Amino acid sequence: MSDTTERPALMSRPLPAPAVTLESKPFFDAAAEGRFLIKRCQACGEAHWYPRTICPFCHSDRTVWEESAGGGVIYTYSVMWRSPSGPYAIGYVTLDEGPAMLTNFVDVAPDGLSIGMRVKVKFQPTEGGAPVPVFAPA
Amino acid sequence: MSIKGKAYVAGVFEHPTRDAPDKTTAQLHAECARGALDDAGLSFDDVDAYFCAGDAPGFGAMSMIDYMGLKNIRHMDTTETGGSSYIVHLNHAAQAIAEGKCQVALITLAGRPRNGGGRPGPGRGGGGGGGLSDGAPEQGFESVYGGSTHNTYGMCAMRHMYEYGTTSEQLAWIKVAASHHAQWNEHAFLKNVVTVEEVVNSRMIADPLHLLDCCVVTDGGGAVVVTTPEIARSLKRPLVRVLGAGEAPKVQQGGRGLDLTYSGAVWSGPKAFEEAGVTPADIKYASIYDSFTITVLMQIEDLGFCRKGEGGKFVADGNLISGVGKLPFNTDGGGLCNNHPTNRGGITKIIEAVRQARGEAHPKVQVPNCDLVIAHGTGGSLGVRHGSATVIMEREA
Repeated sequence: MSDTTERPALMSRPLPAPAVTLESKPFFDAAAEGRFLIKRCQACGEAHWYPRTICPFCHSDRTVWEESAGGGVIYTYSVMWRSPSGPYAIGYVTLDEGPAMLTNFVDVAPDGLSIGMRVKVKFQPTEGGAPVPVFAPA
Repeated sequence: MSIKGKAYVAGVFEHPTRDAPDKTTAQLHAECARGALDDAGLSFDDVDAYFCAGDAPGFGAMSMIDYMGLKNIRHMDTTETGGSSYIVHLNHAAQAIAEGKCQVALITLAGRPRNGGGRPGPGRGGGGGGGLSDGAPEQGFESVYGGSTHNTYGMCAMRHMYEYGTTSEQLAWIKVAASHHAQWNEHAFLKNVVTVEEVVNSRMIADPLHLLDCCVVTDGGGAVVVTTPEIARSLKRPLVRVLGAGEAPKVQQGGRGLDLTYSGAVWSGPKAFEEAGVTPADIKYASIYDSFTITVLMQIEDLGFCRKGEGGKFVADGNLISGVGKLPFNTDGGGLCNNHPTNRGGITKIIEAVRQARGEAHPKVQVPNCDLVIAHGTGGSLGVRHGSATVIMEREA
């Protein structure tokens, strides 16, 4: 793998298609329409990530999809410089609904990220698959 | 000791489905778990041991522990013997219960061969048509983001710095200490002694980890032989006995309360110390998994060698260098300088700890009167999901 020394103004990265399962298909179908869904349990009221059929907190199967505005704050991040396609940023966003999710940060310079920064979801096309949620400064 | 009469089968469940076109394999595992726990009158939170074989999608036992929201797991087993695996698991669960390693063990099996889910795993298809996957349930929400060991450990370092003021110079001291040890190891991949300045001035790989914050990539391997006290005493080698051990997964818990500043060592460490009947202050030598400098720092805190957040101060100024500091660590040069065979450093951690306990480490790094040692590891990703394991060993006089 080659390394890069260029510091681009804004980061972006070609993304591979996500592996979609029976459980995650509604999420990625909505993503194709630009809608960001999370799962919430009707039994305990808690939202969780990543979305699954059975609530990871109370183990009820009364989980439902809920549309989210996709706002949150950066919990942590790391800019990866060892990348043939240029640097990219991975990190966790703590969504306003509570759960934290792994993601990439886009439309931002490598030195433009900080813990606690407000970000908002956007969907990035993938190579031959459903778009996936990434985050940009709000 | 025997398992005879020491463990009871409290719950069983056979899934009623014979054709599951509308459910994932992960979901079937969870439904089976719930059925067996309901049968027993126990809850998911009562489960402290999890057993699965190759039919469980994802990363060992970790993906299903995460998916099912099991939060109290302190014992895991993924022995694979094909269709007989679950009978092996029952035996191993009974052994673990008899030893007091766990109290409620959950064994699950599930799959969907009628719907194309042959042998699920990362990247496998078989989701029942339409190009769907039936592999690790987290995969579509994680693997696309380019997580590697470098940047997922980098995320932990970044948060640790944010919360506790840990610095790159403090992390660099860990590499410096390892390099001081490696210079005496004729087999070490990197034998040169480095300085803090050289570490922090090496090129950035994944913020805030530099090239010299990362372990080496090496071919190779290792092996360990474990035996009874009687056989050990009949042999011509120094006697090194196991005093205690602990293990624990750390997963994402539905994304709630994510905290990347600690590792599963907060659970595996105390288990091992309790069983051994010793404290961190008693330890003479520590093998601490060193995939990256941050891995060492967090584990030293989590094992109780210093308070949480004070790892940066603890590792600075040569405190990990044998003959200089209070906690001699990785005197073979560790993964940072010596060896990280096939990207799995756990076995070399055991091996150098045994050398130290035997008094057979290099004379330049041998800890005097080294009668109590610890070997600790983190497998998987510190920043996504991982398995922690601790073992404490003693040189018998």
